Amino acid sequence: MATANPTMFQASDLNHHNERVQRRYRLLFGLMTLLLITPVMLILGTLVVKGGGAISWEFLLTAPTDGMRTGGVFPALLGTIWLVTVALILSVPIGIFAAIYLSEYAGDNWFTRTINLAIINLAGVPSIVHALFGLGAFVLFFEFGTSILAASLTLAVMTMPVVIVATRESLQAVPPAFREACWNMGATRWQTIRRVVLPNSITGILTGVILEVSRTAGETAPIMFTGAVFFTPFLPQSVFDQTMALSLHLFVTATQVPGIEEQVPFGVALVLIALVLTMNSVSIAFRMWLRGKKKW
Amino acid sequence: MGTGTQALSNRATDARPAGDFDRRNADWYVDKLIAGVVFVCGISAILFVLGIFFFVTKEGIGFVFEKMDFREFLLTPYWSPSDAEDPEYGILALMAGTASVTGLAMLVAVPFSLGAAIYIAEFATGKTREALKVLVELLAAIPSVVWGFIGLVIMNPLLIKWFDIPVGLCVLNAGIILGLMAAPIMTSIAEDALKAVPDRYREAAEAMGATRWQVIYKVVLPAAKNGLLGGVLLGVGRGFGETMAVLMATGHAVNIPSSIFDSVRALTATIAAELGEAVVGGEHYQVLFTIGIFLFLITFIINLSADLIVRGIRKG
Repeated sequence: MATANPTMFQASDLNHHNERVQRRYRLLFGLMTLLLITPVMLILGTLVVKGGGAISWEFLLTAPTDGMRTGGVFPALLGTIWLVTVALILSVPIGIFAAIYLSEYAGDNWFTRTINLAIINLAGVPSIVHALFGLGAFVLFFEFGTSILAASLTLAVMTMPVVIVATRESLQAVPPAFREACWNMGATRWQTIRRVVLPNSITGILTGVILEVSRTAGETAPIMFTGAVFFTPFLPQSVFDQTMALSLHLFVTATQVPGIEEQVPFGVALVLIALVLTMNSVSIAFRMWLRGKKKW
Repeated sequence: MGTGTQALSNRATDARPAGDFDRRNADWYVDKLIAGVVFVCGISAILFVLGIFFFVTKEGIGFVFEKMDFREFLLTPYWSPSDAEDPEYGILALMAGTASVTGLAMLVAVPFSLGAAIYIAEFATGKTREALKVLVELLAAIPSVVWGFIGLVIMNPLLIKWFDIPVGLCVLNAGIILGLMAAPIMTSIAEDALKAVPDRYREAAEAMGATRWQVIYKVVLPAAKNGLLGGVLLGVGRGFGETMAVLMATGHAVNIPSSIFDSVRALTATIAAELGEAVVGGEHYQVLFTIGIFLFLITFIINLSADLIVRGIRKG
């Protein structure tokens, strides 16, 4: 037995060099990450500082006054809630069923690939083209007029991919053995989905739905010509009414109202961001809790 | 897998004579019905995409067939739709506006988001990694109208101060805004692409004594190449189709830019700004829908190529 060469386990110059190179790249990419995040944080901070003063219960719960130059955002906030609720009612069931088809029924063939491509496209078509579609289809062809219904249908079509993708992922996370065991007991395909697959993925689906709420609430272009208006003194009474909306209200107060109190648009922006980011955080927290709980 | 539909009824079997294999009980019919409903919902995405194409084309096709001169439409920079006597519809300047803003945005966003994705997926560990991922996801959720607002009220005065220019609503402003907006989305897609590279590749390389950077550079990046390219393309599609942010941050002047401090106007923003004032069914209205068809086709091609490129890795 030869004694071990003592230099064998010592780092050579090449090793040291490689280590240095690695440290350098690690630093570089870390800095890039920081540079990506910092400006956005600074900007958000500025928004909070400048808009924070405007936020109060009164701001949230009163209507704009004095030709929208002062006052609150209540009609816009309520309008956004209407739009999001109706859009969810329309898109969530279809989205979940679509995901069930893709995960539980569809085979791996050209037809399924076409559906997937369509989903990617639905998410990738410019929002203003969705607006044109909503105007041409729902407002004019189906004669819903500019109404919450037309705007929500447009939003529903546009944001459905969010629900489909999230649901499909959580359905596919259920192990195949669960389904096979159920089939072996004599259950039909639908019984298996309803009693075994869905209960085991419902929280993941909910995550997707919350994410869709956030996406839907922030969209502006698709509702501009289909149901949201710059200003209306009336609160919506049914889905056939027009409404104000938070996202459009930000656009309007930022660009269309001369002589507006400076902090009003900042306040609107802050309310919108808070709404969207809260929804997202809830969704993320939900997902983390879920991951911690998973038993398989 | 046909096993699901051949299920035995657990209630009726005992009472039936042996050899009766007719399983069409209520559960069987429910199962068939649901399968039909699920299928219809499954193809709904295809129906919606076709519907978008159909309805946008339906409104815009009149102009395409009757009045449109393709050369004038695509190759002249004169856009004056509200001229009562001789309205002109040339989208060259609008295309230049969209291209310049998107190009600059990608110049900002691509290197940073790829760098950030590599850091998050390969270098960062544990809590840092989780925190960064959550942060990126939250940044990706900020609505585009908020980005437009930021361009208008925060970037605008900053650019005027830094570069001593009269108006801060320009290619640079919109490019930065769009870049910041697209970067988190591209970061998550790129990070997914890196994560899709199997761990055994990394382990094999590390077992050979490679440092982490060598693993990334020689193994992970080549393996994730197509996924990363697909992510970049999706980012381009996003930037190209972005509406509210470019509407508010570009300055909205029809202009072929000669520097990054020029105001421009984008295709998407033009539709958003002018659709409200166009008479339904009129020529101007139809032209705006024609631009819509154009936008639809371009994003369709971008998304299709991204999909084909990403599919390339799965096969290879």
